[in-house]
Amino acid sequence: MIRFEQITKTYGKRLVLDNISCSLPKGKITSLIGPNGAGKSTLLSTISRLLDADQGKIYLDDICLDDYKSEDLAKRLSILRQSNHIDLRLTVRDLVAFGRFPYSKGRLTAEDQAQIDKAIHFAQLEDMAHSYIDELSGGQRQRAFIAMIIAQDTDYILLDEPLNNLDMKHAVLVMKTLRRLVDELGKTVVIVIHEINFASQYSDYIIAMKDGKIVYNDETDQVVQAHTLKEVFGIDFDIISKNGKNICNYFNIET
Amino acid sequence: MRDVFAMNSDQLLVFTIARIPRAIALVLTGAGLSVAGFIMQQLSQNKFVSPTTAGSLEAAKMGILFSILLIPQASMGIKSLAALLFTLAANLLFMLMVRRVRFRSSVFIPLVGIMFGNILAAVSTFFAFKHGIVQNVQEWMIGDFSSVLQGQYESIYLILPAVVLAYIYADQFTIVGMGASFAKNLGISYTAIVNLGLFAVSLTVSVSVVTAGAIPFLGLIVPNMVSMMMGDNLRRTLPMTALAGSIFLLFCDILGRTIIFPYEIPIGLMVGVIGGIIFLFLILRRNR
Amino acid sequence: MKQQNKIIVLVLLMGTIIALFMLYNTGPNLDYVIPRRAVRLATILLVGVSVAYSSLIFQTITNNKILTPAIMGYESVFILFQTVIVFIYGDKTFQVITHQDNFFYAVLLMMAFSFLMYILIFGKSKQNIYHLLLLGLVLGALFQTFGQFLQIVIDPNEFSVIQGFMFVSFNKINTDLLLIAGATLLGALLFGQRYLKYLDVIALGREHAVNLGLNYNKLVKIYMLLISLLVSVSTALVGPVTFLGILVTNLTYELFQTRKHHYMVWLCSGIACVALLLGQFLVEHIFNFSTTVSIVVNFVGGLYFMYLMLKTRKAI
Repeated sequence: MIRFEQITKTYGKRLVLDNISCSLPKGKITSLIGPNGAGKSTLLSTISRLLDADQGKIYLDDICLDDYKSEDLAKRLSILRQSNHIDLRLTVRDLVAFGRFPYSKGRLTAEDQAQIDKAIHFAQLEDMAHSYIDELSGGQRQRAFIAMIIAQDTDYILLDEPLNNLDMKHAVLVMKTLRRLVDELGKTVVIVIHEINFASQYSDYIIAMKDGKIVYNDETDQVVQAHTLKEVFGIDFDIISKNGKNICNYFNIET
Repeated sequence: MRDVFAMNSDQLLVFTIARIPRAIALVLTGAGLSVAGFIMQQLSQNKFVSPTTAGSLEAAKMGILFSILLIPQASMGIKSLAALLFTLAANLLFMLMVRRVRFRSSVFIPLVGIMFGNILAAVSTFFAFKHGIVQNVQEWMIGDFSSVLQGQYESIYLILPAVVLAYIYADQFTIVGMGASFAKNLGISYTAIVNLGLFAVSLTVSVSVVTAGAIPFLGLIVPNMVSMMMGDNLRRTLPMTALAGSIFLLFCDILGRTIIFPYEIPIGLMVGVIGGIIFLFLILRRNR
Repeated sequence: MKQQNKIIVLVLLMGTIIALFMLYNTGPNLDYVIPRRAVRLATILLVGVSVAYSSLIFQTITNNKILTPAIMGYESVFILFQTVIVFIYGDKTFQVITHQDNFFYAVLLMMAFSFLMYILIFGKSKQNIYHLLLLGLVLGALFQTFGQFLQIVIDPNEFSVIQGFMFVSFNKINTDLLLIAGATLLGALLFGQRYLKYLDVIALGREHAVNLGLNYNKLVKIYMLLISLLVSVSTALVGPVTFLGILVTNLTYELFQTRKHHYMVWLCSGIACVALLLGQFLVEHIFNFSTTVSIVVNFVGGLYFMYLMLKTRKAI
């Protein structure tokens, strides 16, 4: 379980995270939603040690993050940010192989090779394993990075807007892969996501943030309600229930 | 003031052939280089671009070097023209690079500009070394107004039209800086405006280098400081930028002349030191 | 061509050019000429490896193919230091200060300079390598202006002494210094060897490096230390070669597809040595010493840089 206590972060004079505490359940997909500037990405970066909080502590399985060695933490928790413009001529397989670095330090063992193949298979990238990443489409590249995270084989996987700039097909592919990571491999996935319907369809829990604070933290169906979403986003929602999951319409709603 | 009216003829002579030209040259150069920096920053939409950080000064130096190598008795006019051509070519090339290359961080644009300047300097050095005039070439790289005298500085007045041009076209420079498609959308000819801006910049830089020598950082820090204090409303800030540039240069000149009186520290060095420190302060402030 | 063949070609090229460099037009005085050329050869190899190694690391940690450590102002510090010495002592410079002392002070100053920058930038909570570059750049420009000022007011005869420092020369190398520099380089390479594998990961960028468990900040500091050591030693030994780094690293990227730093550093070093040897050979036998190797290298490297800038389609 990931637990954070009284996290505060400011950029200059702007308070981005306002003394927030929460815990993220194990073996589930948790989505962080909220309007732009709510602090979602900052929170994710803080949990993943890319960013230091001004105050507060983060615990991974009841051990403070500061007490982990960086290389050990890399075997427990991985993060994928949205900015992945890498100007290197690497094949997909080369890239996925980097996921094994925390284990092998660059010298791949037979087990590493097996893990790499497994990750490529899991992300359904076999047919482009030997393509260069700079020749892939944005969606394919994003899936290659996700395969790298899978090869890293961590219990906790954090992704910052993994669907950014993806078309519908790739967005669904990515979400299904994440779902399978949780259902088949028992991973814990935390994502920052903007499209509320993807969050509603694929995640188990939703944390809604606004102005650096957590306003809702509950099971998906509890958060995806007209009044809660209106409070978070400031617009009206029309909730439709379909196959046991909520779908939100927020287009052309008469008020 | 009373001293001015009580001057004897010798002092009057010094006043008219040395002091007045020097003051005019300082005011025009200060205003011109600041505005040149301003134009470049608008065109590239990058706060760190200026004649210092885009190779313009080195190009002007190269122009003077070649005019001297080819025509040993080159007049000020020929030197200015050569400097203008080289500076214009260098500025066009630099803008081409800035436009064609996608930069991951805005900091890289001035870095590339400085590398570009280093290349031009390397080429100049290649020829200067062959002709044994490396030391003389260094001399043009330090601005110095002590040799500005009546009859030798008049080309500096060419800065005036450049500044006026900048004022008239200020808005369009900003629009063009947003990109070719953005400009086209608003019905503005991208190429024409960019070329106009670069011509104004090149004119200012080349006449100031020929008359006084290179003055680093001026076009970098003055527009930045004015924009920090007054925001980015062009019509309001542009006259302030010109004024602040003149005042800053006059201030540095007076300081340079008094610190080790009766000798004087060249203004290029004074501005380099003061401007460099201010620039460092600007960077470290952004860093926070 | 296959990777393997390219490596063989590189090795053959290097062998040929070394042989040519040592044996071309020796004249009758073999005993005199050969040892002197051997010293020059050793210096060139040392400088080539230092420049290639430091530039490659620098480009990887800055994630940028068009920068060299030279941009951080080391060379300005070096030139300013030499200018100040000559300014103070004039043509008696070398009676007052030996080559060895000069070398040590120059290395010390350049190292102190880089530490100062690191403290200024990394001392603050928010570390940003780009700001380090800008800082180095401005300080470099500042020192350069100082240097130029002193160079103008200096006596033209004394200026020729400074000019000797401004342009790389492999002709006046002191063998003691060469040994010291060689030992330093060897130490740096041995030390750096175990950190090379991390560079492959750092090439992915800070966020991926941290995700994969690297202590990014600590590693960057170690690399910057290594870079400043290598650049200081090679600059103090022969003077500045600004564009060599850009030239050889980019040739390495173009010619060899590998992204493994274990191989890249050696390939890049090989290319650097070939480039320098070729330049020096041209200077000695074609230009008859009418120009210097650094001017030739900067000229060619500069043009190559422009070519890179204008043809590149990728973000840099």
